[in-house]
Amino acid sequence: MARTHFVRELQRLQDEVLLLGSMVRQALVESVQALRSRDHAAAKRIIAYDREINAKRYAIEDAALSLLATQQPMAGDLRLLAAILELATELERMGDYAKGISRINLMMGHEPLVKPLVEIPQMCDKVADMLRRALDAFIAQDLEAAKTIPLEDDVIDAWYNTINRELIDVVTKNPSLIDRANYLSWVAHNLERAGDRVTNICERVIYTVTGELIEFDAEEPLFSGTN
Amino acid sequence: MTVVNSTPAIESRQLNIYYGKFHAVRDVNLSIERNKITAMIGPSGCGKSTVLRCFNRMNDLIPIARTEGEVLFNGQNIYADTVDPVQVRRHVGMVFQKPNPFPKSIYENIAWGAKINGFVGNMDELVEESLRDAALWDEVKDKLHQSALGLSGGQQQRLCIARTIAVKPDIILMDEPCSALDPIATLKIEDLMRELVENYTIIIVTHNMQQAARVSDYTAFFMVDDSRTGHLMEFGPTKELFTKPKHKQTEDYITGRFG
Repeated sequence: MARTHFVRELQRLQDEVLLLGSMVRQALVESVQALRSRDHAAAKRIIAYDREINAKRYAIEDAALSLLATQQPMAGDLRLLAAILELATELERMGDYAKGISRINLMMGHEPLVKPLVEIPQMCDKVADMLRRALDAFIAQDLEAAKTIPLEDDVIDAWYNTINRELIDVVTKNPSLIDRANYLSWVAHNLERAGDRVTNICERVIYTVTGELIEFDAEEPLFSGTN
Repeated sequence: MTVVNSTPAIESRQLNIYYGKFHAVRDVNLSIERNKITAMIGPSGCGKSTVLRCFNRMNDLIPIARTEGEVLFNGQNIYADTVDPVQVRRHVGMVFQKPNPFPKSIYENIAWGAKINGFVGNMDELVEESLRDAALWDEVKDKLHQSALGLSGGQQQRLCIARTIAVKPDIILMDEPCSALDPIATLKIEDLMRELVENYTIIIVTHNMQQAARVSDYTAFFMVDDSRTGHLMEFGPTKELFTKPKHKQTEDYITGRFG
């Protein structure tokens, strides 16, 4: 195959995106585990780990920009590199949610949770699973998967609404619990946003494969390149 | 900036080149790392080809050319009186702009240089190995004794590369090796360069800035001053030179705002 050196560099970069994805997934899952076990040491570790996630993001950006500058990528290669730049940003932000959850864990101190952790771990597992499959779709250039994974975000939104309704009940009955209820609401919010980021990743996979920039909330392509 | 921890493959010190009274190149200090591709770019007349030809004393063939300063190869100044330029060229080979195979068979093109240099091993093996290393073997193995002039331009250039590596040089100089080739043949040569650099040090002069960006590890940018004397403006890892050049002149040149 021609351009073996460039192709190898592109593959290496895709591997790096996968690696960043698993770092972020691990941080999210562990942040919720640490919340469940009220493990402050683990929360601090996850906060510190965010620096490694950020460094990996910048390394990917740097390498992608170098390839853009030196290799004159065109068509699919160009779209892939543009998508890699977006994915690195989306993943880094998801890492921030894991850090946010860990910060909340520390802020909550050792006070008991105002409600059992049921939906939050479910949300987290779902986001982690969707993220893994979205990145698989990215590597496999799997258009079908990229189109269907975002539909599952509704489940996450439903859990988010359930949590907030229950927390409002808790606060209505006992207004002194408002701060502690708020903490859990923030955690859920972080996970809900993480789900939205997975949708953004899928949008970029679709762009890589088809060249169309679409937004999942919109009915029509916002921009199809040929317009 | 990558730390260069091995001794350079070749190095120029205060290199000045004159053509008669004309000061063509001034004060070039350039250290070429082993097993890397170094590209030399710059506008016409900046002296990049002149400097390249100094690395194997090719300028000696121009009667009015005069060189000051040193070019160190394995610690020795190749311009010292005691040095035989033919020996220099045995270690520092060259591939030219236009493919220039001898009007002989493909086989003879490879075998000739080796014979001249007193090669005594198995010539068939050397021919095959050189052609394989130049990514040409599969295309020519059934017509080794046909004329090299029947090959396409890209194949002829790879044959010239095979001929160069048959004498096992340390360094391969390439002077615009793809300027006579179509884009596909060009990319083949570039892929081949990435393979060859495992075993050789390559210095390439190219007018095609994108080629320098694609293929090289280091880039040397030459400029020409008001008196038309060329000089080295900036030298560094290719990735850095093309993303964050240190000098405005480099930025203007690589972004197409020069001249």
